[in-house]
Amino acid sequence: MESQLKSVGKRVPKVDAREKVTGRAIYIHDLKLPGMLYGKILYSKYPHARILNIDTSKAEKLPGVRAVITGFNTPEIRIGFMKDQPVLKKDKVRQYRDEVAAVAAIDPDIAEEALDLIKVDYEPLPGLFDPEEAVKEDAILIHEYDAKGKPLKNNILKLPWRLIAGDVEQAKKESDFIVEDSFRVTWVTHCCMGTSGCIALFDLDNNLTIYSITQIPFLAQNDFNAALKAMGLKGKNTRVINTVIGGGFGSKLDTHVYEYIAILLAYRTRKPVKILFTREEEFFAQPPRQPAIIKISQGCKKDGNLTFREVDMLLDNGAYTSWGATTPSVMMVPISSLYKVPNIKYTARSVYTNNIYAQAMRGYGNPQATFAVESSMDILAEAAGIDPMEFRLINVNLPGEITPQNFKVTTCGLKECIESVGEGLNWKDAKKNKKKKRGVGMSSLIHVGGGARVYKSDGHGMIMKVDDFGKISVITGAVEIGQGSETVISQVAAEVLGVFPEDIQIIKGDTSICPWDVGTHASRQAFVSCNAAIMVANKIKKEILDIAGKYFNVDPENLDIKNRVIYLKDEPENSEKQMPLDKLLRRAHFSKHGTMIMAETFYDPPNEMLNQEFKGNLSCTYAYGTTGVEVEVDTETGHVEIKKYFAAHDVGRALNPMLLEGQIYGAAVMGTGYALTEQLILKQGKVMNDNFLDYKILTAKDKIPIVPILVETIDELGPLGAKGIGEPACVPTAPAIANAIHDAIGVRIKDLPITPEKILKALKEKEKKG
Amino acid sequence: MKKVISFKLNGEDVEAEVEPHWSLLHLLRETFELTGAKEGCGKGECGACTVIVDGKAINSCLFPVMEVEGCEVTTIEGLATLNGNLHPIQESFVANGAVQCGFCTPGMIMSAKALLDENKNPSEDDIRTAIAGNLCRCTGYVQIIEAIKKASERREP
Repeated sequence: MESQLKSVGKRVPKVDAREKVTGRAIYIHDLKLPGMLYGKILYSKYPHARILNIDTSKAEKLPGVRAVITGFNTPEIRIGFMKDQPVLKKDKVRQYRDEVAAVAAIDPDIAEEALDLIKVDYEPLPGLFDPEEAVKEDAILIHEYDAKGKPLKNNILKLPWRLIAGDVEQAKKESDFIVEDSFRVTWVTHCCMGTSGCIALFDLDNNLTIYSITQIPFLAQNDFNAALKAMGLKGKNTRVINTVIGGGFGSKLDTHVYEYIAILLAYRTRKPVKILFTREEEFFAQPPRQPAIIKISQGCKKDGNLTFREVDMLLDNGAYTSWGATTPSVMMVPISSLYKVPNIKYTARSVYTNNIYAQAMRGYGNPQATFAVESSMDILAEAAGIDPMEFRLINVNLPGEITPQNFKVTTCGLKECIESVGEGLNWKDAKKNKKKKRGVGMSSLIHVGGGARVYKSDGHGMIMKVDDFGKISVITGAVEIGQGSETVISQVAAEVLGVFPEDIQIIKGDTSICPWDVGTHASRQAFVSCNAAIMVANKIKKEILDIAGKYFNVDPENLDIKNRVIYLKDEPENSEKQMPLDKLLRRAHFSKHGTMIMAETFYDPPNEMLNQEFKGNLSCTYAYGTTGVEVEVDTETGHVEIKKYFAAHDVGRALNPMLLEGQIYGAAVMGTGYALTEQLILKQGKVMNDNFLDYKILTAKDKIPIVPILVETIDELGPLGAKGIGEPACVPTAPAIANAIHDAIGVRIKDLPITPEKILKALKEKEKKG
Repeated sequence: MKKVISFKLNGEDVEAEVEPHWSLLHLLRETFELTGAKEGCGKGECGACTVIVDGKAINSCLFPVMEVEGCEVTTIEGLATLNGNLHPIQESFVANGAVQCGFCTPGMIMSAKALLDENKNPSEDDIRTAIAGNLCRCTGYVQIIEAIKKASERREP
């Protein structure tokens, strides 16, 4: 098979790279429409307060201002996973970033000036910033009523997560070793280099067009249509057009307040309205990854076999609920199914606070959960006196296994991942001849690898159309956020059709043209869109070969296409029975009763929705991987240097090793930031570090010697065997580093990020204890 | 209070009417409609707005427009020829997977160009230092550094 592949498996450059390196790619920042106005948002001055009055009269009088809107002069639009957030707040504000008013003006400076002229009277209320306080029965209420107007008794979201498999209590009795620990993870934010923005406009019939950077155009269309209905425009439609997107990482899986504000302003002014976030807004008004307090207990037998895993989690939801509130469902993936654990108990609660509301971010809860699980694995291995790598191999997942959550493991290269990372690190030698202040650590991961049925459809629609010149248009609902889905679609389509990737043109980013896709999430895009591409390309190919068969008077089964030429399989050298593809297409088109060749498909992977017990085969295949690091810790400064970094991933098949390695490098560096440097610092609900000087993502000066190791297991359901890779590589980084730090200096840091201050404090405490 | 400034932009003599408080980035994007340089932060922290002024890579979002008078400014739009021939650094970014979302890319390439114009054979550390002010969230910098290294090797005789 390998030697036959012409396009797949090659380091094909990204199809959009030339546009991007020349500065020609049009991001939302670069787009202007005639007559366009600029919208700006006024945010709350308090984390929790009653709104007494909003006076917009002065702002309205400012020359150049075209509209000033508040919750009092616009229809109420409620958004979010539990519809608990009004777009413009009028009774209460519940977080500093609450939107209380907005302005549209002829330029951004005037809009900004108008914001200063809006006077809002507040009655401050006490705030709740600690989730452990917020869950208490007598805590003040952040929401007095739910979306349907039903009174609420406490701040706990009515989204209880509970997964039970086997008998944890019995397993505890039968365990030889049990460990119990508590871990904390905090807010981190996506830091897309392109800030958020959109342009909304209405046509004369009140249909909406929105230029957007969403990762979920079709779900966004649904959300925006609901907003139109709330605005009294029932039956009107939304067209979502994607510009080039300056980074995603899960930040665009929800529709956001600013988009609805742009819609309201556009409707009010009947002009296109653009809202573009400043970097400060991107930090404080764009929901970050959820913080969590994670209690975990695990046990094993003397021989190292895991007996149970019990996890209880408290998540800080913040003031409102996004799709990210469903991350506990994906947290279940590693909790139930990373390594063989027969008995599982997992409970999670999400609680309202007056902190910034959170959403999903790359890994969708998996990095948080895996930090606890894999840190605990090392603690348990130590308690049992077993080498941590050996301990993982004893419990390794294998093909054919059915996990406690009813995941059906098909292909699984976890063993090879662990072993290859161990080899890279010279694990045994590093452990035996331990150098001072140096340590090695590893962590594995499981993630959905074939999409995930978190929505009622996990499908992907695709249309393919062939022109008179042998060029192929692929019309797809896939959203490109930098990961390269368009490139791999081109490679796969070219492979099937016997043409070259440059013969393929991707048409995308328009809900009025492209077929439905659930969105770029769950590391699913290459998996679903390439599967769709194979299906639809095969249909096209069959049509072409049927026509060619008639022309040559041969069985179409005996024909194939290679290098843009149709040829006879039996006699590949027979030039009499060859025809360039474009020539045949013209002949088919311009003959009597001519025909155009096009085809469509809708591919929905055989994934199951989790049942009421949160069990089911969420994804038709799972991605595995192991990250291993060697660190050196400076015990004077607390600085951690990563000396070696191996990232082994079961990728099914590398459709494009260059892009795949790009996903691994980027995720590994993002994961290292999560481990060591990144945190959004909130003080009484206020983001204190809303800039790149104080929120530290890694720079080119942070040298991390990442070595990707690609383990190909050729998955039966994957497109040519491939699995998802977008999220996995950032999942195991933090626990691998935490484990290596412990190996190096004997202290275990249980809350992220592992800053030099925390290391020095822990070393001091260790010294005190002697 | 508008003033007129003249300078060389991508090899051409140009004149523009500006407000003195503008940044060079504002002038490039709004007046000349050269949108390759991006505003990622507006505070000189991210490098997405990097252009070359008199041979030095600078953050155009902080560069006062009045100081452009008489200078030579090169933006990402000035690198490729009009018929689509890419500059060797651009070619190398394409060939080595150095581009993902692409928002940092123009700035990154301008920093790389300023480096290679000055130092034909930079070490990996030289490259890391040259792009230290250009943040990227997608790539982890690995393939960017590789692309710049390979571009420098290609330019060697």
